[in-house]
Amino acid sequence: MSVIRITSIAKKFIMALSGLFLIVFLLVHLGVNLLLLSNDHDLFNEASHFMASNPLIQIMQYVLALGFLVHILSGVALTVQNYLARPNRYAKNRPSENASLESRTMIVSGGLVLLFLLLHMRNFFYYIKFGTGPEGGDYVLVTDLFDIWYYTAIYVVSFVILGFHLNHGFQSSFQSLGANNKFWEGIWKKAGTIYSVIIAGGFSVIALYLFFN
Amino acid sequence: MNLTLKIWRQNGPKDKGRMETYPISDVSPDMSFLEMLDVLNESLVAKREEPVAFDHDCREGICGTCSLHINGEAHGPDRAITTCQLHMRKFKEGETIYIEPWRAKAFPVIKDLIVDREAFERIQQAGGFVSVNTSGNTQDANNLPIPKVDADLAFDAAACIGCGACVATCKNASAMLFVSAKVSQFALLPQGKVEAKERVLNMVHQMDLEGFGSCTNTGACEVECPKEISLDNIARLNREYLCATLSSE
Repeated sequence: MSVIRITSIAKKFIMALSGLFLIVFLLVHLGVNLLLLSNDHDLFNEASHFMASNPLIQIMQYVLALGFLVHILSGVALTVQNYLARPNRYAKNRPSENASLESRTMIVSGGLVLLFLLLHMRNFFYYIKFGTGPEGGDYVLVTDLFDIWYYTAIYVVSFVILGFHLNHGFQSSFQSLGANNKFWEGIWKKAGTIYSVIIAGGFSVIALYLFFN
Repeated sequence: MNLTLKIWRQNGPKDKGRMETYPISDVSPDMSFLEMLDVLNESLVAKREEPVAFDHDCREGICGTCSLHINGEAHGPDRAITTCQLHMRKFKEGETIYIEPWRAKAFPVIKDLIVDREAFERIQQAGGFVSVNTSGNTQDANNLPIPKVDADLAFDAAACIGCGACVATCKNASAMLFVSAKVSQFALLPQGKVEAKERVLNMVHQMDLEGFGSCTNTGACEVECPKEISLDNIARLNREYLCATLSSE
């Protein structure tokens, strides 16, 4: 057995697998958030309580945290390697001629999403997890925050940035795993765009609905 | 045509280098880009100045020797060509043209616009070959039945001329398109399958050792490649690498 080296391709596998895992998580999260649109406020409270107390979900929380950590760390490691690969920059460069903006700025969009994630953990996860939220349950915790215009604005902008990140990340993960060719490329790209619109649009619409109501 | 050239000048590998400006007049739109540089060099020599060093060989677009990052793009603004096939009619009267060497840690500058691309040679030596017994009774390659689709794909990958435009244009200075072409041209054929696992593991290891970046799947390399090597090859390289890693003994 030859020594398994963590080559750049291996790091990209890790990036792709953790990315796909987080892509599935986002869909589950959106599913729970959609309950906020229901007139029965207890529905969201019950779902929220379930997510904070179910034993299987509690184990998955650590797996999720690991998924985020692996995705972030391998992203940073690859960015450092990539930066070092070109010590002298071009005096004139026109990257927009041959590559999309989101594909060239994954570390930037990823970093901004991480900042939002920290804010999000502080505002929601912390209270829901430790049950120190306001009276009226988690529904009130959420709707109170979406009464604040600038919080709603930060939230929507963050999800638009996440949408751009996902639009490249979705199809790129299949390429990194080798599950791509000229036939599948079109399918992954379309599916990625539809998925990104659902995630960015879905979370944003819920936030705006709560703000205007 | 009257043009202003901004050219990277560097006396040697240890020199810091700088951009220098050269006005040039009476350039014919029918000249190739390299002929335009020849004219500039003749005028520099006439003035007893050091001519601009740049790589060139066949000037027919097949050898991969000419390089040059022109106005922010590898091989200039045209598509699917090398610099020797780029013509001055692609530029406007009075335009300022930036001419720089390929920039990558793995491609150190030797002088002016010439870079050392031996990193590609070392990757090839790590596995970009098939071992054939040449004792005299070598079997005719045509005896092996190969599906037309595979033969065509292998030929498309083998069209890579190793010019380094993929590295030059990639934001990460990644050599994945080059390595994927060299792995694919053998992986698709029965002759190459024998050493496929060893080949992909060794070539990828060497690629990393040389200091190239990783692949962010931006697709810039495919756009700038003079031989239009497809990104499908990178997916195939990833597949080959995954299978080889999981099954190597």
